[in-house]
Amino acid sequence: MTVRDDVQLDLSYDGVVRRYAPVIGLETHVELGTVSKMFCGCSTEFGAEPNTHTCPVCLGLPGALPVVNAKAIEYTIRIGLALNCSIAEWCRFARKNYFYPDMPKNFQISQYDEPLCVDGHLDVVVEGQTYRVGIERVHMEEDTGKNTHVGGATGRIHGAEYSLVDFNRAGIPLIEIVTKPVEGTGPLAPEVAKAYVTELRDILRSLGVSDVKMEQGSLRCDVNTSLSPIGVSEWGTRTETKNVNSLRSVERAVRSEIIRQAAILDRGGRIKQETRHFQETTGETRSGRSKEEATDYRYFPEPDLVPVAPARDWVADIRASLPELPAARRARLRSELGLSTEELQQMVNAGVVEAVGETVQAGATAAEARNWWMGYLAEQANSREVEPTSLPITPAQVARVILLVADGKLSTALARQAVDGVLQTGKDVDAIVAERGLAVVSDTSALTRAADEAIADNPDVADKVRGGKVAAVGALVGAVMKATRGQADAPAVRQILLQQLGVSE
Amino acid sequence: MTQLHELDAASTAAAIASGEVSAVEVTQAHLDRITAVDGDVRAFLHVDTEGALAAASAVDEQRSAGAALGKLAGVPLAMKDVVVTKGLPTTSGSRILEGWVPPYDATVTRRVLDAGIVMLGKTNMDEFAMGSSTENSAYHPTHNPWDLSRVPGGSSGGSSAAVAAFEAPLSIGTDTGGSIRQPAAVTGIVGHKPTYGAVSRYGLIAFSSSLDQAGPFGRTVLDTALLHEVIAGPDPLDSTSIPQPGPDVVAAARQGARGDLAGVRVGVVRELTGAGGGYQQGVLDSFRAAVDVLAGLGAEIVEVSCPNFDYALAAYYLIAPSECSSNLARFDGVRYGLRVGDDGRHSLEEVMSLTREQGFGAEVKRRIMIGTYALSSGYYDAYYGQAQKVRTLIARDFAAAFTAVDVLVSPTSPFVAFGIGERVADPMAMYVNDLCTLPASLAGTPAISVPCGLSDETGPALPVGLQIMAPAMADDRCYRVGAAFEAAYTAANGLILDQIPQLGAVR
Repeated sequence: MTVRDDVQLDLSYDGVVRRYAPVIGLETHVELGTVSKMFCGCSTEFGAEPNTHTCPVCLGLPGALPVVNAKAIEYTIRIGLALNCSIAEWCRFARKNYFYPDMPKNFQISQYDEPLCVDGHLDVVVEGQTYRVGIERVHMEEDTGKNTHVGGATGRIHGAEYSLVDFNRAGIPLIEIVTKPVEGTGPLAPEVAKAYVTELRDILRSLGVSDVKMEQGSLRCDVNTSLSPIGVSEWGTRTETKNVNSLRSVERAVRSEIIRQAAILDRGGRIKQETRHFQETTGETRSGRSKEEATDYRYFPEPDLVPVAPARDWVADIRASLPELPAARRARLRSELGLSTEELQQMVNAGVVEAVGETVQAGATAAEARNWWMGYLAEQANSREVEPTSLPITPAQVARVILLVADGKLSTALARQAVDGVLQTGKDVDAIVAERGLAVVSDTSALTRAADEAIADNPDVADKVRGGKVAAVGALVGAVMKATRGQADAPAVRQILLQQLGVSE
Repeated sequence: MTQLHELDAASTAAAIASGEVSAVEVTQAHLDRITAVDGDVRAFLHVDTEGALAAASAVDEQRSAGAALGKLAGVPLAMKDVVVTKGLPTTSGSRILEGWVPPYDATVTRRVLDAGIVMLGKTNMDEFAMGSSTENSAYHPTHNPWDLSRVPGGSSGGSSAAVAAFEAPLSIGTDTGGSIRQPAAVTGIVGHKPTYGAVSRYGLIAFSSSLDQAGPFGRTVLDTALLHEVIAGPDPLDSTSIPQPGPDVVAAARQGARGDLAGVRVGVVRELTGAGGGYQQGVLDSFRAAVDVLAGLGAEIVEVSCPNFDYALAAYYLIAPSECSSNLARFDGVRYGLRVGDDGRHSLEEVMSLTREQGFGAEVKRRIMIGTYALSSGYYDAYYGQAQKVRTLIARDFAAAFTAVDVLVSPTSPFVAFGIGERVADPMAMYVNDLCTLPASLAGTPAISVPCGLSDETGPALPVGLQIMAPAMADDRCYRVGAAFEAAYTAANGLILDQIPQLGAVR
C-alpha cells in the first residue's frame, strides 16, 4: 500500500472498517471440570495451598509416567459432538517441547496433528444475522503450573526478586478449541468474536464439562486478528492477542487490534506476526514475544501413552446423552415464554438466557425471571464488573425471591435486600430473610398504630392531605416505611394512612 | 563348603526357607563380599547396609512367625541406579541427580521389595543408560571381574559386574539397545530383556521411552526366570504396560533344563553372524559351537535372513536420542538435583543452561543434540519419521522369521570385553557393541543372553554370550532354549563362572 500522508484518514473504528476487512480466529482454552488431573489422580480443586495437589507424575519427577484420565476423553468427545465435529477413530498425544519453569517436564503433553475432534462448526447470531464459525479442531492437553513473581513493582518477571512456582494447576485437563479463520463479518468482527465465545461458554456450561469461569481462568481466550484492504482477497499478517479474560474483553481486544493494525497499514507499515497482550485497563494490546523468532516445539508422538481409539458405540452413547444445547433451548424458551426475537436477543446479549430459563424452571414466572436478570442483577453485575451469571447467586435462589414476592411475603424493596444478602454472604434466601427479619408487616393493627404515630409526628403534612393534597401522603408513607424498616407493604400503608385521615382518592 | 555368597538365588532361597541359614546371614555374607571386592570392581554407587539388614531380618521374622514366603524371599539383589527407590539416592549415573532421594518407589522396586527380596544397594551405570561400557558414569568406571582392566559392558555394567563378582546373586538392569544383554555377555552371566511392556517402566528414569525395558540378571537361567516372574506383569501406572499376564518363564526354564529341544526350530540370523566382518573370530567360534550344541539337543537349525536388521543401528541412533532429548529436558535445576549459578547474578535461563552444561556428561550432551536436531521442524520426516519406518520394517522381518522358526539366535555382542579407555574416543566404535541387540529393542521383542563359551583372542579367557530372540510375549521360549543350552554346556564344560579369576583374597 502506498504511503498516504497527504490524506487525513479517519482512524475511528467506523472509519477504519470502511477501508479494511478483518479476519479473526479464536483459540479457546477450557479447563475441564474433572475431579482429577489429566494424567494422574491429583485433585483439580481450585484455590488450595500451593503445591499440595501434586504427585510424582504432575511434578514431572524422574521416572514418573502419565496415564490418561478417561473422564477427560469423554468430556472432550461431548464438546466435539456439541460443536458438530467428527470424532477421530484413532488419535494420539504428542509432546510439545519447550523450556519454562512452570512446566514440570519441560514439555507439555498435547495433541498435534492427530487431535480427537476435527472439522465442526458453531452458529452465532449477531444483529439478526447468523454467522457460521468453523471449528478446526478440539484437542486435549495438560495445563502448566503457575508462576508468581515476587518483589517487583508490577508482578511481572522483570524486576522481581524471586519467583515461586505452584504446580497445583500443572496437569489439569485443558482442551483447546480452535476456529477456522472467520471472514465476512465486516465491522461486526468484534461482536461476532464475543458472540462466539459467549455461545461456546453456554454450550460448555450446559454440557457440564467445565465451570467456564473466565475470571478464574477456566476459560481463556486468544484472539487472532488480521486486516486486508477492502477488495483484496489475500489475508494480512495476523497477530495473536492473549490475556483476554472476559467476554467484554474479547470484543474490546478485536476492536482495538483492528484500529491499531489499520493505523500501521495506513502509514504503509508492515504488521509484525507476534503475540500481543490485552491490557484490561487501557483496552489496548501490547507487544509480547515475537513469533518471527518462534521456538521450534519439536512435536513428536508421546511414547509414554498409547493411542486413544474411542469405541464407536461409546461415542454413540455420549451423543445420545448430550443435553439440550443452548440454541435449541433458546428456541424452546422463546416459544414457551412467549418472547419476541428482540427480547430474546437482549437476553442473549446480556448473557442471561440460561439463567432465566433455569429460574423459570425453578418455579418463577418468565416475566419476573427476565426482569430480575435483566434489571437488578444486571446492575449488580455491572457495578462489580462481572457477568450476571458469575454473581454468587443461583437461578433457584432468584426463583425463591420471586416466589416470596408473589406470595406477598416480601416487597420489591425487601426482595432486593434479600438478594443483596445472598450476594454478600452466599447464604440461602430463607436464611437471609430469617436472619435479617425481612418480612412484609401485614399486621393491620401494627400498621395502623405506625400510621397514627406518623400523623401525630407530622401534623402539617396531615393537614395538607386532609385539605385535599392527597399526593402529600407520600411523606407519611415514607415515615411509616422508615419506622417499619421497609418491611411494610407500601400500597397497604398508603391505604391505611388515607383511611385514618378520612380522605378517599 | 560353598560360601553363602557363591550360592545361586534358587538355592539361597531354599536354604532360607528351610531354616538352614537366616536371611540376615545371607545378607551379611554379601555385604562382606562387597566390602572385600567392590574396592576393585566398583559395581555399586550406593550400598544400603542398614536397609538391607533390616529387610533381611523382616524376612526372618516372617519365617519364624510361620508366614508364607515368596520364592526369592531373603535373596539379595543389586538394583541399577536408573530405577527409582524411595529414600535411597538415585542418580541414573549422572552428576545432575547427585544427592536426589526419590519420594516414591518404581513399580519394579515395589515388586522386588514386596517379594521379600533384599536390596543391597544401587549399581553403577552409564549416565542415563547411554553407553556400552559403564565408562560414561559420572562417578567412576566399573571393572569387569574377569579382568579388572576391562569394562563390564553397559549401560547396566554395575549390575552385571555385581552378579559376576558374587556380590549379589541377582540384579536388575535396563535395556534400551542392549544394556542388559551385552553386559551379561561380557561378564559371563545371564541377562534377559523382556518383551516391551512386560515389565512396568513406572519409576525407571527414562532414556528412550519406546525402547526402555527393565529386566533380570542372574548367574543361571532359572534364577533369571525367578526374578523375571517377580517384576513382570500388568501395571496401571504404565500405559504401555501389556494388560495381560506374560507366559510362565519359570516353568519354561525348568522344562528347558531337562535338555530336550526336539521339534524346536532355531533360526540363525544371517545378518548378525559377521558376514561383513567386524566380529571377533573367538566370538564367532563360540557362537557356532553353541548352535551345534542346540542341534545336538534336537533343535532344527535353519538360516534366516532379516535384511532390514542392517539399518537397525542407524534407526536406533535417531529414535533413542530424539526421545532422550525430550525426556532429559526436565533436568533443569528448578525442582530437584543439581543447580548451578543460582547466585542472584544469573538469569533463570542461564541457571538452567549452566546446570545442564555442568550436570550432563559428553555422551548425554551428544545424544541430546542429535535428538534435538532430528526432531526439529523440517528434519523430522527425514530423520525421526524415517527411523520409525525402518523400525516397522525390522518388526516385519521378525514377524516373517517367526513364521518359520520358534527362536532366532546370534552372538550377543561382536566382541568380548574390551579395555577401559579403549573405545571412549570413538563413539561409533562404542555404538557397534549393540549391533546384535538393537533389532529386538526396536521391535519390542524379548531376547536373552546366555554364556556360551570363552575366547582368549584378545588376551585372557573372556566370556562370550549367545543371544536367543523370541516373538513378543513369548519370553518363555528364550528361557526354555537358554536353560537347555546352559544345562548341556555346563554338563560338558562346567560352569563358565567357575573359571573366573579369583578376586581379592576371598574367593
